Amino acid sequence: MLDLLALLIVDGLADAALIFFVAVGLTLVFSVLRILNVAHGSFYSIGAYVAVSIGMWVVSAGWHPYLTFPALFLSAALVAVALGPFIERYFLRWTYGKSEALQILVTFALFLVFEDLQKLVFGVQAHYEDTPLQLLGVSDIGGIFYLNYQFLLIAMAAVTVILLRLLIRRTMIGKFIVAVVADREIAQTMGINTTRVFVIAFTVGVFLAALGGALASPTSGVAPGLGAEALVLAFAVAAIGGLGQIEGAALAAVIVGLSRAAAIHFAPDFEAVVPYLVMLVVLLIRPYGLFGTVQARRI
Amino acid sequence: MTEPILRVENLHVNFGGIRAADDVNVDVHPGERLAIIGPNGSGKTTFLNLCTGYVKPDSGHVYLEGNSITRLTPRTIARRGIARSFQIPQLFTDKTLVENIMLGVAARRGIWDVLRPLNRPDYRREAERFIELVGLQESTEKLAGELPEGTRKLADIAIALTLKPRLLLLDEPTSGVSARERFALMETLIPALREEDVTAVFVEHDMDLVRRYAERVLVWDSGRVIAAGPPDTVLQDPQVLQNVVGV
Amino acid sequence: MMRITLIAVGLLLAVLLPLAIPWLNFVFIMAVAQGFAALGVVLLLRAGMISIGHAVFLASGAYVTAFLLRQTGITDLGLILLVATLGSGLFGFLIGMFMVRYRAIFFAMLNMAVSMVVFALLAKLYHLTGGTDGVRVATPTVLGAVLDRTVFDSLLLYISLALLVAVGWLVHRYLSSPLGKALEAVHTNEVRLEYLGVSAWGVLLYAYTISAALAGLGGALAAIAVGHVVPELAYWTHSGQLVLIAVLGGIGGVVGPFIGALFFEIVRVVAAGYAAYTWNMIVGLALLGVIFFLPNGLYGLVQRLLKRGGGS
Repeated sequence: MLDLLALLIVDGLADAALIFFVAVGLTLVFSVLRILNVAHGSFYSIGAYVAVSIGMWVVSAGWHPYLTFPALFLSAALVAVALGPFIERYFLRWTYGKSEALQILVTFALFLVFEDLQKLVFGVQAHYEDTPLQLLGVSDIGGIFYLNYQFLLIAMAAVTVILLRLLIRRTMIGKFIVAVVADREIAQTMGINTTRVFVIAFTVGVFLAALGGALASPTSGVAPGLGAEALVLAFAVAAIGGLGQIEGAALAAVIVGLSRAAAIHFAPDFEAVVPYLVMLVVLLIRPYGLFGTVQARRI
Repeated sequence: MTEPILRVENLHVNFGGIRAADDVNVDVHPGERLAIIGPNGSGKTTFLNLCTGYVKPDSGHVYLEGNSITRLTPRTIARRGIARSFQIPQLFTDKTLVENIMLGVAARRGIWDVLRPLNRPDYRREAERFIELVGLQESTEKLAGELPEGTRKLADIAIALTLKPRLLLLDEPTSGVSARERFALMETLIPALREEDVTAVFVEHDMDLVRRYAERVLVWDSGRVIAAGPPDTVLQDPQVLQNVVGV
Repeated sequence: MMRITLIAVGLLLAVLLPLAIPWLNFVFIMAVAQGFAALGVVLLLRAGMISIGHAVFLASGAYVTAFLLRQTGITDLGLILLVATLGSGLFGFLIGMFMVRYRAIFFAMLNMAVSMVVFALLAKLYHLTGGTDGVRVATPTVLGAVLDRTVFDSLLLYISLALLVAVGWLVHRYLSSPLGKALEAVHTNEVRLEYLGVSAWGVLLYAYTISAALAGLGGALAAIAVGHVVPELAYWTHSGQLVLIAVLGGIGGVVGPFIGALFFEIVRVVAAGYAAYTWNMIVGLALLGVIFFLPNGLYGLVQRLLKRGGGS
C-alpha cells in the first residue's frame, strides 16, 4: 500500500512538473501582457519537435549521448529566441488594450498556422527520441522501480519555481515586471520601458512552454495534437491556480498531477477528465482560482 | 411629518480599515431635494452605493418607504423605485441617445419581448419625451459615446428617469461641466425632477448650486454626517465652512 | 432591400449549383450546419463573451441525433431535428445557469473546461457513445418515407436552407428586440443595465440557451449529412473553429456566420484535395487577415470586438 502511494506520488509529481512548465509560462504571459495565449500550446509542441530533432542529430552524429541533456535546453532557448520576440512584435503588440475575444482569436489563428507548419516540417508520424531517459536508468527503491528521469523533472520544476521567484523578487527586470503587472500606466510614467518588459516576459513564457515540451519529449514522444492537449491542460492548471499566479500554478500543477496519477491507477478511463473536473470544482468554490483575486469596478 | 421615503439606520461599512460609513443615520423625505456635500473620500459616493445595493453594509439598515432594502441587489432596488446617475455617466456608448433611452423604457415596461423590435413607435415616443425633458432633442440620433460631457451627464439622468423612480440619487451631476454650463444644467434638471415628481438626493461640490437648489444639506466627513439642515443655516456653520467648504 | 436581394441570389445559387456540381451539396449542408453553430457563437460575441467550448452543444445535437436513430424507434427527420435542438437548448440552459455568472477569460476557460469534460466522457463511455470510434448515423425517414441517399441529400440541403431562412429570421428579430439590444448592453455597460433593473444574468442565460439550441441544430444537420459522429466534435479546437467562422464572416448580423462557414468548408474541401496540411494554416491566415485588415469581417463587423471590452 505504501509502495503504491510512493509510486503514485512520484508519477504525480513528475507529471505535475511537466504541466507546471507550460502552465507557468501561460500564467506569466497572462499576468504581464494580459493575453490568454492560445498559441502557447504550439510553443510546447514545437519545443518537443525541435528537442527530438536535435537529440536524434546528436545521437546519429555519434556525439557523446549525455549531450542530449543540454540539447533539451538548447532547443527550448532556440524556440524562444526565434519565436518570442517575433510573435510579440508583429502579432500581439497590436492587440494590447483590445478586447479579450480579439486577443484570443489572434492567438488561435497563430495556433492554427503553427499546427500545419509543424505537420509540413516534421510530418504527421510520431517521433521518439528517449536517449536522456534511457541514460538515467531506473532506481530500485523498496522493490519498486522508478525512472530517474522523473526525479530529474521534479527537481527541474522545483528549481524553476525558485529561479522564477528570484527573478521576480531580486532582479531589476523582475521589479519592472511587478510594476507593469500592478499598473501598466503608472509603470510607464515611472519611466519603465513597458515594451521591453513585454518582449522579455513573453519570450520567457515561450521558453518555459518549449522547455516543457522538450523535457516531455523523452517520456512521450511527439505527434500532431500534442500542442492542443498541452494547451488545455495548461489552461486548466493556470485557472485552478489563479491566472497570473506563479505559486498558484505550481500548487495547481501538483494537485492536477497527483489526481491524474491517482486516476490512472484507480480509474484509468477518467484520467483525461480529472484535470477539468478539478478545475470546475475549484472554480465553483473560488471563481478566480486558488490564489486569484477579484478587482471590483469603480463607478 | 410623513413617513420618510428613504431611511438609513446605523449604517457601517469598512474598506480595509477605512471607515466609509460610520454610524450613518439619514432620513430623506418625499418630494425634497437633499444635497450631500463633503470633501473627497468622505463617503458620499459610498453612501449612494450603499443605498442602491452596489456596496453591502457591514451593519445597519436601509429602508425604502418602510421596507428593508439592505441586502437587495442594485437591480431589485432599481425595480423598487430608486434610480441613480453616476459621476462618470454610465451610458451604452455604442448606441444612439434615443436607443439608450428606449432601452431604459423597455427595461421598465418588460424586456422579455423578443420578437418585436426595440425601436417601436410607442417606445420611441416615450423616449423622445424624456429627451425633451432634459433638453437634448438636438442629440437624439447621436452616439452616446460621442456626446460632450455635460450632455452625457443629462443623458445619464434621463436614462435613470425612464424607470419612473420615486427617488433619484445623483452623483455629482455637474462635475466635469464648465461653471458656465452648470446653472443651465440645473435649470433644466430641477423642473424635470418636479415634473416627474421625483425626490432627489444629489452629491455636489459647488456651494452656489447647493445654496440655490437644495432644500436641505447633509455635510459629510470621514464617513459621518457632521451637520444637517437648510443650506442657509448649515453653510454658515464655521466648522462646516472650515472643514468642508474650505474657506 | 439590397440585402434581401443578395440573400435571395445566394439561396438560389445554393439550390442550383449542386445540380451541376454534386459535391457542393454536401459542402453547402455543412456550411449551414456550422453556420448555425457559429451563429450561436455570434450571440455570445455580441455580449462581448467568447466561448472556447461551444462545440459541446454542436456535439450534443449530433449525439442526440445518433442516439435517437440507433436506440429509439424515432427516425423522422423533422422530429429528430426538433428533439436535438430542444435537447441541446436544455443542456445549454443547465450549463448556462452556471456559466453566465462569469465574464471575459473566465467565461472562455470554463466553457472550455466543460467541453473537455464532455469530450473525455464521449471518448471513454464506450458502451453509451461508441468511444473514440463514434457512432454511425443512419439516414432518417422523411414523413414516413425511406428515401434513396442521393434524393435524401438533395432534400436535406433544401430543408437546411429553409431552416436557415426561418431560424435566421427569428434570430434577426431577436437581435433587434429589447432583449437583443440588452445583450449588447451587457458588453458596453453592465453596471447601467443592472441599474435599469435588468438582470444581466437572465439576459445572458437566454442568449446562452438560444445559442446552444442553434449549435444543437447545426450538430444534428452535420451528423445526418456526415452519417457519423465522433467525440472530436466537442474538442476545444472545434470550438475555436466556430469562433473563427463567426468572426471571419462577421458578427454584425445573421448572415455573417453562414458566409464564414461557407468559406471555411470550401477551403477545407479544396485544401484536402490539393494540398494536405494547409487547411488550418489557410483559415488561420484568413482569420489574421480579416482581423488586421477587414475589421468588418467578410460580411458584418468585428468593430464590436475591437472596442475595449467592458465599455465606458
